[in-house]
Amino acid sequence: MTLVQNFPFFSIILAMFSGILSSVLSGKQARNLSLAALVATMVMSAAVLAYCLGAGESYTYMMGHFPAPWGNEIRAGVLEGLTALLFSMIMLLSVAGGMRYTFEDVEASKVNLFFIMIDLMLSSLLALIYTNDLFTAYVFVEINTIAGCGLIMIRQKGRSFSAAIRYMIMSQLGSGLFLIGLTLLYDVTGHLLMSPAKAAVAAIEAAGSYEIPMLVILAVISVGLAIKSGLYPFHSWIPYTYGYATPTASAILSGLVSKGYIFLLIKIFYRVLGQENVIASRMVNVLFLFGLAGMIMGSVHAIMETDTRRMIAYSSVAQIGYIYMGIGLGTENGMIAAVFHMFTHSATKALLFISAVGLYEVSGEKKDFRSLRGAGYRNHLAGIGFTVGALSMVGFPMLSGFISKLLFATAALQTPHKMMLTLIGLAVSTVLNAIYFLRLVITLYGRGEASQLRAQGTEEGLFGTGEASREAFSGRKSAPTVFGGAIICFILLNLFLGLMSQPVVRAIAAGLAMFD
Amino acid sequence: MSRRRDNYENSRWRRFKRWLEGEIDPLTEGGVGLSKAPSSTAASLEGTDRGREPEEDVALSPGDLEKDVALSPREPEKDVALSPGGTEPDTLPALREPGGRGLRLYRKFYQIMSIFLCLGIICVLLWTIAYLPAFGNAGNPDNNEVSARYIEKGLEETGAVNMVTGMILDYRAFDTFGESCVLFIASCCVLVLLRIDDDGGSGDAEKRKREANDRVFEPKNDIILQKCACVLVPVIMVFGIYIILNGHLSPGGGFSGGAVLGSGLILYLNAFGFQKTEQMFNGRTYRRITVSALTFYCLAKSYSFFTGANHMESGIPLGTPGDILSSGLILPLNICVGLVVACTMYAFYTLFRKGGI
Repeated sequence: MTLVQNFPFFSIILAMFSGILSSVLSGKQARNLSLAALVATMVMSAAVLAYCLGAGESYTYMMGHFPAPWGNEIRAGVLEGLTALLFSMIMLLSVAGGMRYTFEDVEASKVNLFFIMIDLMLSSLLALIYTNDLFTAYVFVEINTIAGCGLIMIRQKGRSFSAAIRYMIMSQLGSGLFLIGLTLLYDVTGHLLMSPAKAAVAAIEAAGSYEIPMLVILAVISVGLAIKSGLYPFHSWIPYTYGYATPTASAILSGLVSKGYIFLLIKIFYRVLGQENVIASRMVNVLFLFGLAGMIMGSVHAIMETDTRRMIAYSSVAQIGYIYMGIGLGTENGMIAAVFHMFTHSATKALLFISAVGLYEVSGEKKDFRSLRGAGYRNHLAGIGFTVGALSMVGFPMLSGFISKLLFATAALQTPHKMMLTLIGLAVSTVLNAIYFLRLVITLYGRGEASQLRAQGTEEGLFGTGEASREAFSGRKSAPTVFGGAIICFILLNLFLGLMSQPVVRAIAAGLAMFD
Repeated sequence: MSRRRDNYENSRWRRFKRWLEGEIDPLTEGGVGLSKAPSSTAASLEGTDRGREPEEDVALSPGDLEKDVALSPREPEKDVALSPGGTEPDTLPALREPGGRGLRLYRKFYQIMSIFLCLGIICVLLWTIAYLPAFGNAGNPDNNEVSARYIEKGLEETGAVNMVTGMILDYRAFDTFGESCVLFIASCCVLVLLRIDDDGGSGDAEKRKREANDRVFEPKNDIILQKCACVLVPVIMVFGIYIILNGHLSPGGGFSGGAVLGSGLILYLNAFGFQKTEQMFNGRTYRRITVSALTFYCLAKSYSFFTGANHMESGIPLGTPGDILSSGLILPLNICVGLVVACTMYAFYTLFRKGGI
């Protein structure tokens, strides 16, 4: 066993250990430790990815002295390495980009607690990605849920408490259903590790016994994880959660946490229940329909919204719908498109949340999107970042959103009975996306309403004349370099996913093939 | 908060009191008090329906209001929730207004549908159970090679007489580490929520601290409690330590022993007050113990995982099964888990009581 193969384990333990240590450190030290852990995780995930691509196969890693059916185990392959790499990168950029706002939003003596949440969130995401054991997955789902609640409520202002309570209730409902599913699965298979459980499931399917329990298991696990990732009818917590948390938390929760659950669901489909059984049970059709509904309804809600951050949050509902629609196509290509869109959405949504806060800051911190008029001129980088993110979500060529839409459409062409629905859904949803995202972008670069702005300004007592207002803005315009750097990295990541998608798509295909 | 106090004249408790004193007759007066009910609440309800309210302002959704009532310590109407007539949240009157009819219907519909949904899920799950293998049958799928090896070779491989401990702290130690981290992060969340810190001179924190602090009522000097505690606390402590140390030999272990230890600490605190307890256990002790226990767990298990995965000998002697000093890492790990659990319990109690450890 080479050193590289230890890296998945190292990265999980490193994240947990830095979380534990952070509780005795000061806020600044905890921040440095957390950033160091994120960078180390990124490097190690890249090494794992390179190793798996080179070796062309996945490997399992024993957590302890006992082999598979007895002890815990983690597993690393191309898809795991790639996901871990992108997730840690996006998390690092979100933490860095929202850093200043974190220190403003969080009480000074509680900053280290914030970074404990970040570290443990990272460890749980990594564990969800790498796990090869169903119960380990559940334990880390729990950590993920609690850390998510902590990240939301640490702002301790306004509605963040009620947002955290909403999140907790819905999330616990999802965890509970997931746990019921695992219990039933253990009862009929007798295994918690994925590989032996899959063998047992195959035997059960071959013998035709336990037909009804298997169906219920599939339904309960899918619904549980769908609730936790915010599929359409279970989306009610999303606008609150993403809209009222501190920017870093919003970016991480929308960009990564929901994707972690989707990744776990895909992994369970492939590695435990068997993708062909899932397709045969028609569960995919249910996910497909809810995904389609989410694509349309999420965008409709977003159009009716005027609060920018809630608008972005509703757009998440639509994008999660896309991912489930891809899973619901029930083909190899559909799944590849879903996974690719998962990456696209994490990179783009985090960028949108981070740059939105930069725009707010120069517009008097008002929630209404109309107050952002001309904000793109006052904070150039944030404006460009937001524009890139919005265009990517709409599906502008050269950006990652375009590629994922292309992949979805191509995948749809290969599934005759779902083709029309998918294509119509994609078209309608793209138009709706364009309506609200372009409205935002046009607002950002709108001119000629200076008088209105000034009137608003005097009303607020913020600035007297136009000149004064410009001064007030320019005083704050000099965005700190970290924020700017994070935005630039996000844009580059989006461009990378958009322009050089082929290696990523090939890696996803190879990774999915390794799942079997 | 203050808005709620303005409505005191209209509150149920006040009306109840007036009725008691014979000032009004609720049957004839009807819903006078109710129809005058806070118009601001109604306005805020409409506001939230549109979902366009700025965030930090006064407009709270009904859920928020109820929560505030439940949380706020200095609420004059706190008694309302306790008085027999006051079980209904006070935000309801707003719904009784003519304009709230649609809302009321929706509420009814919502309640009925949620009951049906729950019943549906219960039925489906019960129906599923009928198809599961019968409980305790020897031929069940879960009586497979996994449990067979745990039972037959567990003692030899882990050195723990208590098989359950062997499983959770050796075969599946990674999961247990995750569980201790769940406890750790849960206590961190409670710290975020309830710890009151000095925030650089603004009087707010100081005020909140004074409000949350109930030390002014101490010392209680309840003789009966103190005498009982004198007898019980040492026994409880010793018993907790026994459960933890014998975790690998007899039923018990870190989680249960830690809970016993924690309850012993809480009993001592209740009997003798914060001043005495803090001589031996304060916030700093709490942090030190938790961090060192979790750090030890992390490092020890990392070593064990690393050697295991790379097929190296760990070199940790298992000892003679049945001895106190046996079964390798299990005993120290049990102690770590026990300490973490005890500290977490005590921290929860003190945070909920006075907003600081």
